[in-house]
Amino acid sequence: MEFLNYFDNVFTVYHIALLVGGTFAGIILGALPGLSPTMSVALLIPFTFHMKPESGLILLGAMYTATVAGGAISAILVNVPGAPANIATALDGHKMAQNGKAKNALHYCFISSFVGGIFGVFILIFFTPPLAALSLKFMSTEMFWVAILGITIIATLDSKSVIKGLLSGLFGLMLATIGEHPTNAVERFVFTDHLESGVHIVVGLIGLFAMPQVWNLLENFYAKKNRVFSATGDATLIQSFKLVFSKLKALSIGSIIGSIIGIIPGAGGQIAGIVAYDQSKKVSSNRENYGKGEPEAIIAAESANNSMVGPSLIPLLTLSIPGSPTAAVLLGGLLIHGIFPGHDIFTKNPEVIWTFIDSLIIAQILMLIIGLFLSRHSKWIMKVPDNYMAVGILLLAVFGTYSIQNNYSDVLIMFTLGTLMYFGSKAGFSPVPVVLGLILGTMTEEKFLLGNLIGNAKGSSFQHFTSGTINIVLILLCIASIVYGVYSSRKSKKIKA
Amino acid sequence: MKIINITKVALLAVASMMLLPAQADYPEKPIGVMVAYGPGGATDFQARIATLASGKEALIGQPIYILNKPGAGGRTGWNWFAGEASQDGYMLGAYNVPHFIAQSIVFDTKYNINNLEPLGNWGADPAVLIVGKDSPFNTVGELLAHAEANPGAVTISGAGKFVGHHIAFLQFAKASGANLTYIPASGGVDALRMVKAGETVAGFNNLSDSARSAADLKILAVADLTRHAYLPDVPTLMESGVDVDDSSVNFRGLMVPSGTPQDVVDYLASKVPAMFNDKKTQGKMKSTNSPSRVMSRDEVITMWNERQAYLTELLAGLK
Repeated sequence: MEFLNYFDNVFTVYHIALLVGGTFAGIILGALPGLSPTMSVALLIPFTFHMKPESGLILLGAMYTATVAGGAISAILVNVPGAPANIATALDGHKMAQNGKAKNALHYCFISSFVGGIFGVFILIFFTPPLAALSLKFMSTEMFWVAILGITIIATLDSKSVIKGLLSGLFGLMLATIGEHPTNAVERFVFTDHLESGVHIVVGLIGLFAMPQVWNLLENFYAKKNRVFSATGDATLIQSFKLVFSKLKALSIGSIIGSIIGIIPGAGGQIAGIVAYDQSKKVSSNRENYGKGEPEAIIAAESANNSMVGPSLIPLLTLSIPGSPTAAVLLGGLLIHGIFPGHDIFTKNPEVIWTFIDSLIIAQILMLIIGLFLSRHSKWIMKVPDNYMAVGILLLAVFGTYSIQNNYSDVLIMFTLGTLMYFGSKAGFSPVPVVLGLILGTMTEEKFLLGNLIGNAKGSSFQHFTSGTINIVLILLCIASIVYGVYSSRKSKKIKA
Repeated sequence: MKIINITKVALLAVASMMLLPAQADYPEKPIGVMVAYGPGGATDFQARIATLASGKEALIGQPIYILNKPGAGGRTGWNWFAGEASQDGYMLGAYNVPHFIAQSIVFDTKYNINNLEPLGNWGADPAVLIVGKDSPFNTVGELLAHAEANPGAVTISGAGKFVGHHIAFLQFAKASGANLTYIPASGGVDALRMVKAGETVAGFNNLSDSARSAADLKILAVADLTRHAYLPDVPTLMESGVDVDDSSVNFRGLMVPSGTPQDVVDYLASKVPAMFNDKKTQGKMKSTNSPSRVMSRDEVITMWNERQAYLTELLAGLK
């Protein structure tokens, strides 16, 4: 219970001011497409240069927590996920907003983010040593199977038909192969210099989600088909809390899956949200409502992407191995302050580390309060006329895309993908499988090639990929996921027939 | 009429002043440094520390900001720097040797040592040969004996292709004659993870990162000419009987594109090493475990030329 001793370091005027500022700014930055958690934390690191280590870390931690939750706001209100972690939230969140329940959706989102976040931090506090050892067991082959598990669910997500889902997923996987080959550094499909560094995941995310939305809004505007929003929802806070805590199944699936994915090196919230969404759908009694504005879907996805935050710091703090892309940036923030990760970090720098972890708990509480407060004002966004909204999203998309790598080529890629996706969506294709294909394709290919090199050196690549407890469990999960997908689609066809 | 004439004269005067060599009062605005890697990585945060003191009047006299242009292992940023960056001294670039030289030899890049002008070097991070803490190998000799008995089975991770770690691997394999397998991970952090987890038998990684993780690793040798102050007990590869020099050492410093006015280059070259030697900067380098080695423009030109000649030969068969 050592962590209880350091709360008084958090409760200084300066640190609370940093926490409130960091959380508020984080929610806003997270909500802007392009300013993903990774970007926001990276931008902030130079500002912490001249602070004391614990103050700098408190600010970075608050930012990390809040940006992950903030990305849900734009996902729900304008169907543009603020970061890859919020893709699953957009599926049902935006449907709820369209049904006139934007405020309710935001309430569920922040309450479940809070529950997941606190769960994750407690995992970090109490289970660091065993989980650090577990996280080392996730090697290239295990990460490959995690990516394959993600791929097994692509086809069934948000598509009019399995065939269209598969085609879109395939397109995403193909996008992932553009650029440098992961192990021999040869360029592939680089027919113009603009594609030299491939398609960045966040560039793809903005292009595929934000651009079609811009064209749709303009189309509606010129067709004088303005959206009718009668309401943004009437949920009181008490009702929302009651509803979230009545969905214990979705909440616990989200929190547990998020925590597990958090400790896997490099996986992160983007995979946590989508896997939790899919798993909770499989066991839910409301599964027919998934994709139509089901609160459980939001709860599972948002508790997962926030519960990932705490555990992603376990391998970072003890082994110097980041559990998510954002944690990787945070490593730079630690080193700059002369805090070197290691098994002895809790004994060598207890003041700094425990203060940081305690501040994460306070940050979750602040995120809940600020988030719920902002939810009340969602009507201001929902009331913006289509033409203004289109221009606003367009500006943010261009600005956000450019700022990721300060690269003009990314803006061109974003426009191209977005325009293709606009016509694709007319034909019933969804951006979700494409983005997932892009995210998982990069991971699958890299981990396969590395695992294959190592496997061949050991004698048999096949044996390398199929031995070890975690590999076998993951393979079984992949098989179960495919079998279940086929079974449930047959069953629903029979019911319709 | 008169007023218009006065305006015309004034405009002409302003215009002619603008035509005067701009570098007369260089630098008069903040200066950028392009880093070809993402924020938070070692090159990025060292660049930020190394340029901390630039605002001092006795040094450059203007603050420096960092512009990250990551992608394709650094190629995206350096291509932009050599092809498109302004040549007025307001956009500097951070170099990583041997990375950019090796890439310019192997790939069709817009940059090479002939269209870039170094200003000074701030750091040198040698590669070290590491194994996991539970590994049966305690010396380079034991590792090589195992490799001889099992050709190809010894896997060695590094941060990717054509970076310092890869050069160290190529030199090590060539000098020892052993049949080894290189595993190009996606960055130094992942390469280090592979060694800690026992996924690969060994790895080449940054001395600074490995020294920090000493509890999870055994460091067998340093790929440099001399032992390092951070690891006084670890022998060099040469001491261990493998003839590998310092060609893989990761040198970091600042440069400008060719075409930058000579007096700007001279001004910066006279100030940049002093900026790196600033007391506070050096203290910060030390507290973050970043190995410092300050070199002047002339020393860097010599080092670049040596590397160019050596790497052309080493990489000849790999294109």
